[in-house]
Amino acid sequence: MPHSDPRTAEEDPNHPSAAQMEEEPAAAAVSSPPVEEDVVMAEAGEIQGVVEGTKPAAEPPSAQIEADEDRIQIKQETKSDIKLENLFDGIDSDEDEFTSSNNAQQEVETAAADAAFELLRIYYQRFFPWRYMFQWLNHSPVPTKDFKHREFSLWLHNDAVMRYQSYTTADLFRKDVLRLMPRRIEIGPVYTADPRDRKTFRNSTAFQPLAKELCFDIDLTDYDDVRTCCEGANICHKCWKFTTMAIKVMETALQEDFGFHHILWVYSGRRGVHAWVCDRKARMLEDHQRKAITSYFDVVSGKQGGTRVNIRRPLHPHLSRSLDILKDHFQQDVLELQDPWKIPERAESLLQQIPDSELREALRKKWEASPERASTAKWADIDALAQTSASSTLDPKDLLDAKQDVVLEHTYPRLDTAVSQKLNHLLKSPFVIHPGTGRICVPIDKNNLDAFDPFNVPTLQGLVREIDAWNEGENGGDAAQDGGGSSQDVRHVVQDWEKTSLKPYIEYFRSFVTALMKDEREITVKREREEEEPEVKVESLDF
Amino acid sequence: MNRIDVKRRNVLDHRKKQFADPSYKETQYPHRLNFYSTPPTADITLEQFEQWAIDRLRILAELEACSFRNKTPAETEAHMKPLLEKYLPLSASSSGHSNLHAQRQKDHYSHFILRLAFASTEDLRRRFTRVETMLFRLRFQTDDSRERAAFVRTLNLDWEPVSEEEKRALAPQLATTIGFGYGKRAQQVMDEDWCKVDWIRVPDLIEGRKVFVKAGKAYVPGSAQQSMVLNAFTKRLEQAMELTSRALPRLDEDDRLTPILNHLSKNFIAPDSSYSGSGPAIEGAEITARNIDNLSQHFPMCMAHLHRSLRRDSHLRHFGRLQYMLFLKGIGLNLEESLIFWRSSFNKITDDTFNKEYRYNVRYSYGDVGGDSNRRSGGHSPYSCQKILTEHAPGPGDAHGCPYRHFSMENLTSLLRASGVTDPQVLHGVKEDKESQKYHMACNRVFEHLHRKELKRAKDDGVMTAAQLETIVHPNEYFKRSYLLKNMGKQPQSQQQGDVKMEG
Repeated sequence: MPHSDPRTAEEDPNHPSAAQMEEEPAAAAVSSPPVEEDVVMAEAGEIQGVVEGTKPAAEPPSAQIEADEDRIQIKQETKSDIKLENLFDGIDSDEDEFTSSNNAQQEVETAAADAAFELLRIYYQRFFPWRYMFQWLNHSPVPTKDFKHREFSLWLHNDAVMRYQSYTTADLFRKDVLRLMPRRIEIGPVYTADPRDRKTFRNSTAFQPLAKELCFDIDLTDYDDVRTCCEGANICHKCWKFTTMAIKVMETALQEDFGFHHILWVYSGRRGVHAWVCDRKARMLEDHQRKAITSYFDVVSGKQGGTRVNIRRPLHPHLSRSLDILKDHFQQDVLELQDPWKIPERAESLLQQIPDSELREALRKKWEASPERASTAKWADIDALAQTSASSTLDPKDLLDAKQDVVLEHTYPRLDTAVSQKLNHLLKSPFVIHPGTGRICVPIDKNNLDAFDPFNVPTLQGLVREIDAWNEGENGGDAAQDGGGSSQDVRHVVQDWEKTSLKPYIEYFRSFVTALMKDEREITVKREREEEEPEVKVESLDF
Repeated sequence: MNRIDVKRRNVLDHRKKQFADPSYKETQYPHRLNFYSTPPTADITLEQFEQWAIDRLRILAELEACSFRNKTPAETEAHMKPLLEKYLPLSASSSGHSNLHAQRQKDHYSHFILRLAFASTEDLRRRFTRVETMLFRLRFQTDDSRERAAFVRTLNLDWEPVSEEEKRALAPQLATTIGFGYGKRAQQVMDEDWCKVDWIRVPDLIEGRKVFVKAGKAYVPGSAQQSMVLNAFTKRLEQAMELTSRALPRLDEDDRLTPILNHLSKNFIAPDSSYSGSGPAIEGAEITARNIDNLSQHFPMCMAHLHRSLRRDSHLRHFGRLQYMLFLKGIGLNLEESLIFWRSSFNKITDDTFNKEYRYNVRYSYGDVGGDSNRRSGGHSPYSCQKILTEHAPGPGDAHGCPYRHFSMENLTSLLRASGVTDPQVLHGVKEDKESQKYHMACNRVFEHLHRKELKRAKDDGVMTAAQLETIVHPNEYFKRSYLLKNMGKQPQSQQQGDVKMEG
């Protein structure tokens, strides 16, 4: 019987208390509708049995779950559904019957948590891309130290964190995860030795972090002072645009300036994205180099009380190029969508950044006269007034600088620097399920960046439904030939993830990993060649 | 157990084993500067061994003191010039000096001797690397530019010169990184000597976006190349020191060198942590928990402030406790008295809380508990000014740090006034020192003001030696000197205290 923490259960959007279920008549199709408190536990046991033992048989009901958390709606397709889902409906219906009793409530929660736990097991068993994860971290088909000495840390359901886990093969990794059923997996650095043996070393120098991907974390909470639509952990389509432009700037700079090519962007499950720069050079960076590259990107720093852009002129090429990228986003996604200076207080803070007092006063007068003036118009006013009133003291260069600062303040990526600076900082693995939203931390296809919709990311619930829908379709079509699921094995084994909306994400990840491994091979070959002909190198150095 | 018997291994002459041909026994020194990548192999006398090391040590200690006193590079250079000429002269090749070789040999050998002496602990290694880098920088800056360029070329630093063509193509980008303002700098770009390096080699230039980077290569202007050379120097030295430290236990040495080396490393420790806390620092002083209030008149501002905060709040936060506790340990308060002092000072908490949360910390600071290394080294040593100035800047609610650095001018002035410094001239001087970041000068100024009578008398009587009148760079030194001065001639303490008050 798996143990689970009620608190975790509360975060689950599928949890009864957080979800309003549309009751379907078939919800009662659970083996026996429970009427007594004790039955609930037995019920959970049965669920387990069903999940592990049998292929879920198709059942007709449909459900729409509305999770109010994060103001997110998880809309499910309502074609057909599965027994598992029914079981949850069943439990939810229990809750309706027992809401008056605290005790019962608790037990129902436990049962729901157990069910969520089982769902997680299905995910790790059938959907999690073990093979590609292994290849991604290992950089080669054969297990190397890159994988064997890599730290994983597993967050268990009782809030314990097991650090310094390591595995020699992908299969052992999978087995251990299935045994422990962590709700979150984090990836740490590659060490000089197997992390499990760390205590056997006498001096600390023998056990040191060696390599890790260069990571960046962009979190929408850091944008709170420039976004008007949401706050804190909440996001919407409007403020997601901030992430999109941040990714564009970072991606361009990492490629053009630093020459990195293998950059994986992963949705963090709720309100941000992580970048994993996987090039060998990036992995081998030391702490002070990571710190340097982080502050290279640090333009809008909130450290000195209030965010301020403080940059030298002339603009560094990186910044002028970033401004080019951000210009359009500023117009569309900030001025129009966010309307940042709508309320007078915010407009005032914009005025404070105008370098000339005459111009500032003129603008203030104008805006006070029409308080409802949109930000787009206000922004245009600055230039218009600057030209017409021709303030005697105004230096157009200062104004341009100030305007650039404003654009950067509203659009330039804001990074959580702690993540990037330390070699031994752990970061949540891709394809983990975010406990709050139930969404899977999928990689973002940067060729199709604008199309990425964080609200459309597969959820665990959705996957289970989808796979059953698929099975049903398959069963319906193949029933005549072979009857049932065994027909799948005949010609082409279709992976479970291929039957769901997870497919494009895993395929993207696969292509990313393949490209990385190919490059890695070439580097090794090249290095061998270099070692063979040292004579040439010496000559070229003699300048 | 599997190791080769130490004595048997000794039979092999490592020179013969490792190097087939000891050709560089007669090392040539074509350049004035040296990256110290090849260890010396020639024989020198024991006297030379010791003398050369001491001379170099003197230079390094002086350099470190300069940094403690926040001297500007120009001041440091002026201060060091005569000393360098006296102890460690190093002339340019062009000078035509007759004993160029001898000078460079001494420089080379003394560096390696000190490596041996300072490889043993992490702390010593770090300090050694830091001051050696400072010395190298000093010499690098003063080196003849042509010779310097020739030297840099020999380093094999993987620099790639930027061709004229590339310069022209990237001129607009490069122009943004060579200065402020919007001047016409196209010509400047062409005149500058650019080179391309992997960006990871120049993290400090990347950090402030000071250079242009493209495809992983940083375009560094000639003026910034110094930092790259220095980085390379530090890095190589760090690695070499690490290796030396690992080899050190296997140094099969008769007992001629080891005592010299030990002695050298001990001398180097001196300015930073000579106050180990073992044994009373001052004879005849009653250093007990009860007497601290009385003694606090001799404390420098940082400690006096901590003491006052402790008395006011009956509590100090972590770094404040640490700074003050170690200081008290340094003036000779033993563990037992220290526990009494802290217990009675934290009078708002129960015995239980104290035992649970603070007792261990006090004992740890004295090396009474904790890991083996902590106990063997007798706990932490008292913080020097350097440490207080640079580490763990205090936040709101903290009482630690250096008042001259971390206080606002208003707060500092009121603190000084409360301590009896009201002379406007002194206060003005402190303000100037603070603004030019010479916090030591401010502290010493206050010290001299508070003890001006005693100092005058001491000078007249010739009681104090010159060394004792040097700049104070350690809070414990402040206390010691203050205590000795005020108790000169064994006058009753109360009378002295009265004097101070009257001055105020």
